[in-house]
Amino acid sequence: MALKRKNKQFRWRRKHLLGLRDLSAEEITYILDTAEGFEQISTRSVKKAPPLRGKVVCNLFFEDSTRTRNSFALAASRLSADVIEFTKKVSSVSKGETLLDTAKNLEAMGIDIVVIRHSAGGAPKFLSRNINVCVVNAGDGFCEHPTQGLLDAYTIRKIKGSLEGLKIAIVGDIAHSRVARSNMWAMTKLGAEVIFVGPPTLMPTQVGRLPVSVSYSLDEVIEKVDVINMLRIQFERLGGNPFPSVREYSHYFGLTVERMKRAKPDILVMHPGPINRGLEMESEVADGDNSVILEQVKNGLAVRMAVLFLVNQAAAQNY
Amino acid sequence: MNSELLIKNGRVIDPANDIDEKCDVLIIDGKIAEVGKIEKDAQTIIDAAGKLVTPGLIDIHVHFREPGDEEEETIASGSAAAVAAGFTSVVCMPNTNPPIENETDVEYIHRKGRQARKTHVYTMGAITKKREGVELAEMGFMADAGAVGFTDDGNGVQYSAVMLRALKYAAMFDVVIAQHCQDNGFAGSGVMNAGYYSTILGLPGIDTLAEEAMLWRDIQLVKKTGVRYHAQHISTAGSVELIRAAKKDSLPITCEVTPHHLLLTDECCAEYDTNYKVNPPLRTAKDIEAIKEAVSEGLVDALVTDHAPHLQSEKELEFLAAPFGIASLECALGLYVKALLEPGILDWVGLIRLMTEKPAKIIGVDKGTLGVGEQGDVTIIDPNAEYKVDVSKFRSKSRNCPYQGWKVAGKVEKTIVGGEIRFSVGD
Repeated sequence: MALKRKNKQFRWRRKHLLGLRDLSAEEITYILDTAEGFEQISTRSVKKAPPLRGKVVCNLFFEDSTRTRNSFALAASRLSADVIEFTKKVSSVSKGETLLDTAKNLEAMGIDIVVIRHSAGGAPKFLSRNINVCVVNAGDGFCEHPTQGLLDAYTIRKIKGSLEGLKIAIVGDIAHSRVARSNMWAMTKLGAEVIFVGPPTLMPTQVGRLPVSVSYSLDEVIEKVDVINMLRIQFERLGGNPFPSVREYSHYFGLTVERMKRAKPDILVMHPGPINRGLEMESEVADGDNSVILEQVKNGLAVRMAVLFLVNQAAAQNY
Repeated sequence: MNSELLIKNGRVIDPANDIDEKCDVLIIDGKIAEVGKIEKDAQTIIDAAGKLVTPGLIDIHVHFREPGDEEEETIASGSAAAVAAGFTSVVCMPNTNPPIENETDVEYIHRKGRQARKTHVYTMGAITKKREGVELAEMGFMADAGAVGFTDDGNGVQYSAVMLRALKYAAMFDVVIAQHCQDNGFAGSGVMNAGYYSTILGLPGIDTLAEEAMLWRDIQLVKKTGVRYHAQHISTAGSVELIRAAKKDSLPITCEVTPHHLLLTDECCAEYDTNYKVNPPLRTAKDIEAIKEAVSEGLVDALVTDHAPHLQSEKELEFLAAPFGIASLECALGLYVKALLEPGILDWVGLIRLMTEKPAKIIGVDKGTLGVGEQGDVTIIDPNAEYKVDVSKFRSKSRNCPYQGWKVAGKVEKTIVGGEIRFSVGD
């Protein structure tokens, strides 16, 4: 049973946020509750609070990112931390300084929290084992993107009150999506029913063992769901030719105005961004009344503040 | 002057000659002179009471990294590790840098092996130039120089027509063609078994089909050519089925398995520990069961380590970026005991057969028996001695071994190569 209000007995003990798979419903709820408290900081005239004063947060990004990186930077600075940016585009097997050496250097500089995005699944866990600073995963390969999962859950909870019993469709390239995975862990733990929708060639191996159902037909699913989360087709990650053409993909899996007519009137339309307008979603839908896409971005800030706050607190208390 | 070595009172196991009894073994001038009750004085007498006395163990699949990657392993360090693990003969894989692809390369390996004075060191040659799978390498010259088989190990030969040509051509030389079965189309950029764990870990997977599709194709080519073929490190239940059917058809096909494909599953990768990153990848419990069943049915012809040493600095990377390979030579016997003997799948005779007689046959060398007149390669094993695997004590240059701290039984006491004691416990 997911807890709705702040649980006074609960203590957050993790100094890393590596993924949502290992988190309990109680832990996820605790992060969301904490984020609620931080949301109003952004509405003040002085948009700053002191809990991370004197702490250094490093944005260690090995993949392109604008919104996640800026969101973390802003979250850290709202909590009064100093932020350093370390952006380096590398292929997973490129020579040169190893990830471990890079991280050890940062550790030596006295970093308190590393926010890492990397193309290799498991890179944040690898760091957390090898350096003595807090590690926050900002996306690793197609493993997890925990703060995205959290902010999506937060957005739904804020509008619908709870995730318990909701039907949520996640549509698109599930196989290569860390967002789909983190969404799945967070939403199912909070009591929602998740449906993965996409062509079989974009479903992960042994999807049947995941706590979701699978559909190859958006048309069948669209009428049933309370929330629809449209993934971005990530052309840079697609291996080979998993669908014959963009046109054909859009025909079967695009969220069009036509399809929206058959959806529940209060359906929430989500997208982790950036949107390929006209591909996975028509502009009228992206900008329509059911869209909460910008709400997601706004909530991301509060969620990331909560995460930075909590891992830092756990580190300070030597958990 | 004759040199004489007498091993007394051991349980002598010589599967090739159907011997399993308490008796003695006499080696004179490096050759087996007599096996039986021997009342005789000798220059050197070893009391092997309570121990197993077996033909020298043979590992037909090791990577000693020389030439090219001597920081990971050399023939000297690798064969020192091998002899301490009871092996008297090893077969190096040709995926060195540069690869072993002509007679000079083969002779180089042999010379380094002789200089190391530990085990007999054999090598396979590459099937194709640069192991690129396009043009045949000089198999004839290499066979004449003593290469004991051919493989592009690390790569499978992708083009069917090239593989067919290799098998046809090899018919001239009575050599075995060995294959690392991996269809790159199915394997893609995979780094672990494609399954539930690759999905939740967000790592690209290698489907079992990558191995099975190539093995199936090769079996068709063997049907056509009749040339001896050896499937290296099989890892899937589907491969077992293919081998079963091929053997039923009496095709000249053999196969080998490694300790890790008998003991470890893809779940081991859950913490992204790169010591579990190996190719073919660790599969599932179902695959292990099938492979064990294959061993018990006699479908598996050799136990091999696929000893693949890598430096710690190379393995201390993201799972995606680290190289494939497990270094397990120095605890191999204990691992086979754990995987096959302790669950009752094999007895000692069966286990020793797959480490001596049968692998020797695959590579076509006069080794792996204690027949009179054969080379005096003998391993003495304490079957009950338990020990903990301690990678810090490895003679290998590398430590990429996931069995650290495992408690295993079956300890090598002495390794005798050509009548010379090359290793004694405590060395």
